[in-house]
Amino acid sequence: MTEIFTYSLLQHYWWIIVSLLGAILVFLMFVQGGQTLIYTVGKTDVERTLLINLLGRKWEFTFTTLVTFGGAFFASFPLFYSTSFGGAYWVWILILFAFIVQAVSYEYRSKTGNFLGKRTYETFLLVNGILAPVLIGTAVATFFTGSQFSVNFMNITRLTGDKMPVISEWTGPAHGLEAALNLHNLLLGLTVFFLARVLALLYFMNRLNHAEMMERIKKQLLINAIPFVLFFLGFTFWTLLSSGYAMNPQTRVITMESFKYLHNLLEMPVVAILFVLGVALVLIGIIRPLTCFERCSTKGIWGAGIGTILTVFSLFLLAGFNNTAYYPSTSDLQSSLTIENSSSSPYTLMVMSFVSLLVPFVIAYIWVAWRSIDSKKIDLKELENESHVY
Amino acid sequence: MENIDFSLVDWSRAQFALTAMYHWLFVPLTLGLSFIIAFMETLYVRTGDPEWKRITKYWMTIFGINFAIGVATGIILEFEFGTNWSNYSWFVGDIFGAPLAIEGIMAFFLESTFIAVMFFGWNKVSKKFHLLSTWLVAFGSNLSALWILVANGWMQYPAGMKFNPDTARNEMVNFWEVLFSPVAINKFLHTISSGYVLASVFVIGIGAWYLLKNREIHFAKRSILVASVFGLITTAFVILTGDGSARNMAKYQPMKFAAMENLYVGQQNAPLVAIGILKTDELERSHKKQDFRFTIEIPNMLSYMAFLDPNAYVPGIKDLVHGNPEHHIISYQERGEKGKIAIQSLAAYKNARKAGNDTLAKAALASFEANYANFGYGYYAGRDVHELIPSVPTTFYSFRIMVGLGIHFGALFLVVFLLTMRNKIEKKRFILYTALWSIPLAYIASELGWVVAEAGRQPWVIQDILPTIAAVSQISSASVQLTFWMFFLLFTGLLIAEIRIMTTQIRKGPEPLSPDAKKITKDLNH
Repeated sequence: MTEIFTYSLLQHYWWIIVSLLGAILVFLMFVQGGQTLIYTVGKTDVERTLLINLLGRKWEFTFTTLVTFGGAFFASFPLFYSTSFGGAYWVWILILFAFIVQAVSYEYRSKTGNFLGKRTYETFLLVNGILAPVLIGTAVATFFTGSQFSVNFMNITRLTGDKMPVISEWTGPAHGLEAALNLHNLLLGLTVFFLARVLALLYFMNRLNHAEMMERIKKQLLINAIPFVLFFLGFTFWTLLSSGYAMNPQTRVITMESFKYLHNLLEMPVVAILFVLGVALVLIGIIRPLTCFERCSTKGIWGAGIGTILTVFSLFLLAGFNNTAYYPSTSDLQSSLTIENSSSSPYTLMVMSFVSLLVPFVIAYIWVAWRSIDSKKIDLKELENESHVY
Repeated sequence: MENIDFSLVDWSRAQFALTAMYHWLFVPLTLGLSFIIAFMETLYVRTGDPEWKRITKYWMTIFGINFAIGVATGIILEFEFGTNWSNYSWFVGDIFGAPLAIEGIMAFFLESTFIAVMFFGWNKVSKKFHLLSTWLVAFGSNLSALWILVANGWMQYPAGMKFNPDTARNEMVNFWEVLFSPVAINKFLHTISSGYVLASVFVIGIGAWYLLKNREIHFAKRSILVASVFGLITTAFVILTGDGSARNMAKYQPMKFAAMENLYVGQQNAPLVAIGILKTDELERSHKKQDFRFTIEIPNMLSYMAFLDPNAYVPGIKDLVHGNPEHHIISYQERGEKGKIAIQSLAAYKNARKAGNDTLAKAALASFEANYANFGYGYYAGRDVHELIPSVPTTFYSFRIMVGLGIHFGALFLVVFLLTMRNKIEKKRFILYTALWSIPLAYIASELGWVVAEAGRQPWVIQDILPTIAAVSQISSASVQLTFWMFFLLFTGLLIAEIRIMTTQIRKGPEPLSPDAKKITKDLNH
């Protein structure tokens, strides 16, 4: 009994870690949001260079978080990794492409002899800025809407017949692209996209010292905040009013339950509080700079950033906790993945839990390192004296 | 086997090989250059000589160009385990995933955080904090190599795990056995030290170019000196760990070893073919039996290399395929039958469990466990067993070219070091040209090392347990073919960009010293 309890505890602990990483990743996608605003906010080449350098000092952090999120998901819930990545092939491949072109663009953009030209690298940044938030948002939305796949461990024993010995089989013909055409999923994709832009504007306000661009940033904040709020409300209400994928804790049978996610919210008051608090902080983070720009503009990113982390974190918990299938299958309900049936063994989860104790230490050194180089706002003068410019 | 889409398997393998080989074009330089930069900056902090700072910053720029594209190709590798090898991700994800996650938490953040301080902190943090950051970047990048190589080592020699029939996967039972497996540790050390050698050749080669052009003499000689010392030390490590690799291979992957040596019939006192040319007889090739057209051999050396005993018996391809009772080697056909029993017993176990028949389940489980060591061979039961032999020419030639080039680099480091110490290096144009042309050779040697390791273990994703045909994701072969070409075009375009940026930077040379800094350097070196 204790063993089962410990195992369940570890599974929940790792879902929290994965959720937290996913939430931090969404926050850090302000880098992507910023990449889509380079031409809107920066009107001259010098201004654009300033913006790119501002984002360029953080891109690697978003990238590393994505890689760690993937690694942690693989290590703690390998069945998700094998089912989703191998099945929704095209969505993940497109996301990967978007990140390959980003990784080189900062470093190569302003270098002489860069083969493809400055504009190409800026276009790469734009492509990454659009595709990454929209597709990652869409993929996360399938946690609530489901995908078309089946899982059978015994497929590995297929030695004859006409089917490959593959455990997870995707039954959707478009291998993941169908998810991007689903309106419910797309609402989350667009929410993340506009959120990333809002966060980028708030980040610029916090770090940039440039009067003309600041005016444009202020104007853009409202323009992007409105669609963000609308898409977010659309996705949230649609999800809370939808049927969800519930697991019977005794029989492990998955059934459809009306208002499952609303029930989850009401049955887990801590998650509900986190969710409401997160949404409130995001809204405060946006509204305050609009109403008291002079004094509040630098602080918006903190409110909206922390708010984003709390909101996304609670959305992940809504999808995975309270006997819910976090990766539901619409073609074979019983193949749906829960944190219970898709996780690593208790031993592996335990080993990694020890490793996760390093996380506070990692956060501490990131804090120290960043404070040391981000102590004052960036302006054109600083860029002129900088030896490493993107 | 009519259910296997071989075209899918081949394209999936090709895509992974493409990504891995592109990734490996950038990583070894990063691994080695990060330490070389750290040494150079240490010299700057210790001496206060601005010339060392200039040298450090120059190599840092080269590092940055190379690092970005290494990161870009690296992320694809991680996710391709899922996209293209989905069965694998479940079958061994319980063990394999952990190093990837630990890599992210422990190494990648260290690297990406302090790289920002390294590039942007020159005027913002103290000299010592900057130096510490540079060292942390070096440790971070090498630490990331540790975890992924532990994972690769585990695939070559699976340890510390037990198969769980209820979840149809291998589960980790001993983390330390995974981490400290002799294959994993050796692989890590051999791979990173080969990266150090490549970086040393690179720095010496570029330094040689400046000397040939009669530019930046001081800068070039200092760079060459640091790199040749680093290269000499790390060459010793490469030899030592290479020797360990061969011994591990003979012990845990005898087929890879036999193919690499083109040893068809096993023997005692086996000689090492130092140089050899294979016959290309079509009929023979289909059975992977390839005689030599020409050889230069070292007597007893192969037996000694494999088992530290000149009289030791080294099994050949034929012994491993057809069995050799005298040396207790069972044939592949028999292993295939045992593997098939394991696979069928697993199915029987699951069915019995489903039906609630505990007695039958117990019997099936016992049969499964007795045959699990040959599980992967079961997928080849009834097929031509020669499919289980890796390509002999690929491994044979790759290994010899790699070793030959390794010896060349060692000699180059020694000569360059001695000439630099005697202040004669700039006059020896032949050596300088050799050093310059050794740069592409270092990349060839480095890639071929991976060819031996990976092509040599075919068809195994996990040695003896999971072949590629049972590890692949079910996607259409056409989709993988399309993504292969997409990756190919993108990576090639980016590689061209990288090389062009790099050569432009090299032609441009390091930033000139300010008059004040020049004076300090002059005074210090007077």
